[in-house]
Amino acid sequence: MADHLDDYINAVAGAMALPVEDAWRPAVRANLEVSLRLARLVDEFPLPDETESAAIYSA
Amino acid sequence: MPEKSALMSAADIAQAVSGRKITALDATEAALSRIAVHDKVLNSFTDVTADRARAKAKAIDAAIAAGQPVGPLAGVPFAVKNLFDVQGLSTRAGSKINRDLPPSPRDATLIERMEAAGAVLVGALNMGEYAYDFTGENVHDGPSRNPHDPTRMAGGSSGGSGSAVGGALVPIALGSDTNGSIRVPSSFCGIFGLKPTYGRLSRARSFPFVASLDHLGPFARNVKDLALAYDAMQGPDADDAGCAGRSLEPTLPLLTHDIGGLRIAIAGGYFQKNVFPEAVEAVARVAKALGATKTIELPEVARARAAAYIITTTEGASLHLDRLRKRANDFDPAVRDRLIAGAMVPAPYVDKAQKFRRWYRAKVLELFKSVDVILAPATPCTAPKLGQVNFVLDGAELPVRANIGIHTQPISFIGLPVVAVPVPLEPMPIGVQLIAAPWREDIALRVAYALEQMGVAAAPPPRGL
Repeated sequence: MADHLDDYINAVAGAMALPVEDAWRPAVRANLEVSLRLARLVDEFPLPDETESAAIYSA
Repeated sequence: MPEKSALMSAADIAQAVSGRKITALDATEAALSRIAVHDKVLNSFTDVTADRARAKAKAIDAAIAAGQPVGPLAGVPFAVKNLFDVQGLSTRAGSKINRDLPPSPRDATLIERMEAAGAVLVGALNMGEYAYDFTGENVHDGPSRNPHDPTRMAGGSSGGSGSAVGGALVPIALGSDTNGSIRVPSSFCGIFGLKPTYGRLSRARSFPFVASLDHLGPFARNVKDLALAYDAMQGPDADDAGCAGRSLEPTLPLLTHDIGGLRIAIAGGYFQKNVFPEAVEAVARVAKALGATKTIELPEVARARAAAYIITTTEGASLHLDRLRKRANDFDPAVRDRLIAGAMVPAPYVDKAQKFRRWYRAKVLELFKSVDVILAPATPCTAPKLGQVNFVLDGAELPVRANIGIHTQPISFIGLPVVAVPVPLEPMPIGVQLIAAPWREDIALRVAYALEQMGVAAAPPPRGL
């Protein structure tokens, strides 16, 4: 799993042209682990398919 | 005289200036004098706009001499977090990078409205880089310091706003609050802060952080001053797409209305965990004074905080993407690493967080059918030491930065209006959130005023100066 996340960071950094120097990598990874843990907490909550996003657009 | 008038409330300064007991220039010089003396310790100002302030003050004095109306904040010195555009200054938003921006051609809407009411801008205030901060520390400018103990944090990200008002350098300051950045410095510095309903006050010509969650609002040393500033800044503004079209709803005339009929409850569950005894004591004092005994449970609060975190880190990353590519080494490294990680969160999680926000809003609004005000801690602790990394709570070592905003994030997530009131505990004050239903700032302010009259909420004189 650890390797997968490092691979993911490399791939996304490359795709988005984001610099991630080796010295920053542990902190970036630690922050991403926190974000993904919190994102999963939200994701596992069942919502009806019809739920509207709060970020709706008014024409 | 200058020192004395600097400690006057905004309302008293405006009355004295309008009544020709002091001049606006006296009040301005008093503030500039206190800034010159005490900001060496507090480090709350990044820019002092002395020439502009003196010119504005003289114009007010001339208008008074000519018998012209000057507004309810006549001669009141105020300052703004340095993410508000100030004509002639680069809006640095706490960063090194933004110092390269050209000077702003025009003031932020809220500055224009404060000055239209007679207030006098005296400067711009220190803040955490790009507002992604709860500590008030800044690697480029040094930390804003706590006016009650300069070895402690002012709180962030509006650290200079908290420090300047808590230190009585100015009676009113403006700041921003995305996840707690008005309420946290209010709590740590022992002052009153208002985070209005999302969309109430215009954000036009302020540097953004998270458009979905950004709010602007005032700080003051008493509730009347807070309401005066808030009322002066209300109203629609086509320059901010997020600003609601609501007309003025003045709160000042309502402050003294009886609160006996209001239903007030204490937030339970999540809001009673991971708190230091000082936060428990502060909420208990407020609840007792208000006769509040009922506890109310907000649903899924931990998930709400998580969703706020996801929206914050991803929208923040989107805002700074190009700066991360081109000037990564000019960021505060801690901010940079959070933003880079934010850019890597998969998009479906962000959409899910926004959908959860809609669900949570509906559930919490249901609660407001049975209560008018909900009480909760503003911070889990009093101001930590500058540079402090961890604190020990119930035997567990927890990171300070990640935990300072745990009680504010789930509330601003759905844009509820909150007045943070200071409870003057010894040796350090701490704040309590008075949370109301959307667009009912008047109710939160009324309860804050009642607490102030009872002596339960008060901004202590700066103990560290």
